Amino acid sequence: MKKILIVDDEPNIVMSLEYTFKKNNFEVFIARDGQEALDIVKTNYPDMIILDVMMPMVDGYATIEQIRKDDNLKHTKVIFLSAKNKESDIEKGMALGADAYLTKPFSIKKVVDQVMELLSK
Amino acid sequence: MNSIALLIILSGYLAVLFYIAHWAEKKGNSKWTNNPYVYTLSLAVYCTAWTYYGSIGVAADSGLSYLPIYLGPIIIAPSWILILRKIIRISRVNKISSIADFISLRYGNSRFLGAIVTVICLTGIIPYISLQLKAISETFHVVTNTPTSKNIFDDTTTLVAVALALFASYYGTRYVDASEKRKGIVTAVAMESVLKLVFFVIIGVYVTFFVFDGFDDIYQKASLLEHFKEKNTIGGLPQAINWFLLCVLSMFAIFLLPRQFQVSVIENNRENHINTAVWLFPLYLLLFNIFVYPIAWGGNILFDGKNVNSDTYSLLIPQFFDEKTLTVMVFLGGFSAAISMIIVSSIGLSTMITNNILIPYNLLGKLKSEDSVSSKSILNSRKIGIFSLIILSYFIYRFFGLDYNLVSIGLVAFVIISQLAPAFFGALFWRRGSRLGAVYSILVGFAICIYTLLIPYAIGITNSSSNFISEGYMGFQLLKPFQLFGLDYLQPVPHALFWSLLFNSVTYFAVSVSFKGNYRERNYAEMFVDINKYITNHEDAFIWKGTAYRNDIEKVLIRFLGEERTKRAMNIFNVKYNVDKNIELADARLIKFAENLLTGHIGTASARILISSVVKEEKITLPEVLKILEESKENIIINKKLTETSNELKEITAKLQNANASLIIKDKQKDEFLDTVTHELRTPITAIRAASEILHDDDEIPEDLKKQFLQNIISESDRLNRLIDKILDLEKFETGKQTINPSKNNLVETVEKSIEPLQQLIRNKKITIHIESKDKINAYYDEDRIVQVVTNLLSNAIKFCPDSEGLITIQIIEKDNFIHTFVHDNGKGINPNDFEAIFDKFYQSTNQNIKKPVGSGLGLAICKQIIDHHKGKILAQPSIKGACIVFTLPKNKNIEL
Repeated sequence: MKKILIVDDEPNIVMSLEYTFKKNNFEVFIARDGQEALDIVKTNYPDMIILDVMMPMVDGYATIEQIRKDDNLKHTKVIFLSAKNKESDIEKGMALGADAYLTKPFSIKKVVDQVMELLSK
Repeated sequence: MNSIALLIILSGYLAVLFYIAHWAEKKGNSKWTNNPYVYTLSLAVYCTAWTYYGSIGVAADSGLSYLPIYLGPIIIAPSWILILRKIIRISRVNKISSIADFISLRYGNSRFLGAIVTVICLTGIIPYISLQLKAISETFHVVTNTPTSKNIFDDTTTLVAVALALFASYYGTRYVDASEKRKGIVTAVAMESVLKLVFFVIIGVYVTFFVFDGFDDIYQKASLLEHFKEKNTIGGLPQAINWFLLCVLSMFAIFLLPRQFQVSVIENNRENHINTAVWLFPLYLLLFNIFVYPIAWGGNILFDGKNVNSDTYSLLIPQFFDEKTLTVMVFLGGFSAAISMIIVSSIGLSTMITNNILIPYNLLGKLKSEDSVSSKSILNSRKIGIFSLIILSYFIYRFFGLDYNLVSIGLVAFVIISQLAPAFFGALFWRRGSRLGAVYSILVGFAICIYTLLIPYAIGITNSSSNFISEGYMGFQLLKPFQLFGLDYLQPVPHALFWSLLFNSVTYFAVSVSFKGNYRERNYAEMFVDINKYITNHEDAFIWKGTAYRNDIEKVLIRFLGEERTKRAMNIFNVKYNVDKNIELADARLIKFAENLLTGHIGTASARILISSVVKEEKITLPEVLKILEESKENIIINKKLTETSNELKEITAKLQNANASLIIKDKQKDEFLDTVTHELRTPITAIRAASEILHDDDEIPEDLKKQFLQNIISESDRLNRLIDKILDLEKFETGKQTINPSKNNLVETVEKSIEPLQQLIRNKKITIHIESKDKINAYYDEDRIVQVVTNLLSNAIKFCPDSEGLITIQIIEKDNFIHTFVHDNGKGINPNDFEAIFDKFYQSTNQNIKKPVGSGLGLAICKQIIDHHKGKILAQPSIKGACIVFTLPKNKNIEL
């Protein structure tokens, strides 16, 4: 079973994603901000991380920087899922080592497709 | 002490001075050399060997009469703020380099007047320099216990004189432009002023407290000496008049002595330095005089009945007790005092000789011919001038002996220099003062000085058996030099001062009033007297008519300034007066500008001669000048107005730029606000969309989850709606569309009213809520709005309270016409760095637009708007545990809302 970590501070958004990925046979982990996410990845090495940018305490950009420094996580894919949809925001996310950048509001189907595509590579 | 050893110490000391001068010269305008303290200390060049040794001599021999020489400057010092400032300004804009230049320029670039002033200064100051050398030489022999050698080339002090002459001529002539500042010399002089004071105070303390047992002890013992009483009283009205005249004399001296003019005017870097000098210089003199009396009378007690020179008490006393170090120290102090005077005076005098005699009278070669006088020859003549002045003074001392004590020759110099006073002060304040008046007044005054002081003194020195002093010229009793016209109760110096100044002033006024000056004098009179009006554009005030070509003038300038400096100066001129550089003809302003540039190099009179040799000047009548002056005054007023207008324009431009900058910032903030708002709006839409998609696509979803998703959609829709309300609220407040309607309310009730709808939430989270206040606190406010504020603060507090044992405290207190309401929770608190930012609707953007704020962002911004509209304040406060927000409301209705 593939492991997926959903990092977002909006419980209602998380709930939809959690339901969808569980249904698609993922083991789902949830973090409410970057710090929690970093704590979880240390022990659980997820295959996929869905990461929001704007979060209290540690934001998404800082989180991915930490993740990309960790050799144990070099196979982990990261998708940004953010309401920040400016060109510059997307470029920054990709430059920091994300595998994809999806904007909010999103289509759940597209998110699932993107996840699947990245994992099959 | 061994001569060689003392010579080595002296050389070491001179080397240090060389080094300081060199260092200061290199430092240029650093804060170490260009400050009011160095300026004030350099003024202390006033205190020569005369002060250092002579005052003690006078105090020992005749008691109080040493004081007026210091009282005069102390009394006149406050006037520097006005008078000295004026002199400095005039000298600065006209590039004046000596007092001779100053007087000669004011009276129409008068060559003759400049020469007279120079001669007066030379007559007064050369013996004075001799005296300093005598002091050095004699004290040298006292310290080394050697007799003065008959052969001048054998005497060690000759070496000292030569070394001094070399030092002064090297450092005094660094620049051809004599109006340039000599940082090196000034700093060295300031340094010496410190040393002489410190050494003098040290010997004073030594005599008072180590040799004797304090001031009282000296007084006790001294009062037993003969003549103590009569030496220490002023001595009735005649003596008081003597005193008064000596005070007046020293008041003039502090302005007119060439060395004082040099350090206080020519070397002045900033006018504001005067402000410090005004109090610090008198203080310096005061400190110097504290120990004169104890040393003098201590010496009288110790050497009572022995035949010693009281001038040298300060050396003899430590020598008497075999204190070698102390003796050398005192000697060095006196040496400092003497050489400061020698160096500064010789620099001033040599500039005067060159610029006011040699160059204008073509003694260095024909001024007008191209290849005679040059910068190099000027510098050389100044160097030779300084060197030979010092050496000449030394010879005078050696061959004429100068048997008078230090003070009397110094005072003679003062009286001679004072002859410049009417012409000098008249130049500052009286427009009618004329060249003829100045010339005759100085000549008449000087003649009287010669008769009443110089001749009798010369007779004294040569010891001729003339009965000129006792009988008067040709036996006329009324012409006795010390009792002229029967005035018999003044001492020789005040006596000479009285008569010479009286005739001098009367002549100045009478001649000036009877014979009008020419237009040039009148023109400069205007510029001198009204310098403050002309300070920025003084070239405008210069009147001149005729034809002149820029080319010719430039050629003259290049000869003395060099190609590059001339070019730079012309550029400055073009820019300053907005003159097209291709215009061939020169105007009055350029003539004056060029004369100024040359003045620093060759003096005012020569500058005028030189410029007039290449231009064709037309005569102007006096009435014409007065008319033009009137017009130019108006012009200056118009100019001033124009400057003011242009300043206003500049201000407006600056304001516009500021406004523009703040608009740009506002624009940026607006963008960021929009970013934030769209983000805030997108979040609930995202949640709604995701939940709807699942409900739409997924038929197998369990019933309870389905309910949950639907519930989410409802609550997110509500959130969306609230957000829109908030945005509109904020918009209304910011654009001023929102008004508040205050009425008298009880704030405690309002708070309770706000809690009511939140009760369910509070119970769910098991939070305890406390209100600490009186039952009733009335104030004027818009209740609906304040409910909104309290609700918002409470919602935040509830949100951040811990899951168990949450506690919210609301405290309402009255303080200083305001009611303070504190809302305190026990959650995780607010980062103090964010105390201000949380009330900012752009909070997220200031936080790099990434970190999400606590709360939705807009709530506190609205609270702030509401409270601001009530003229209250809302802020976050430091708190030991949890967050604490306080808002204030004015208690009184009369604070207009």
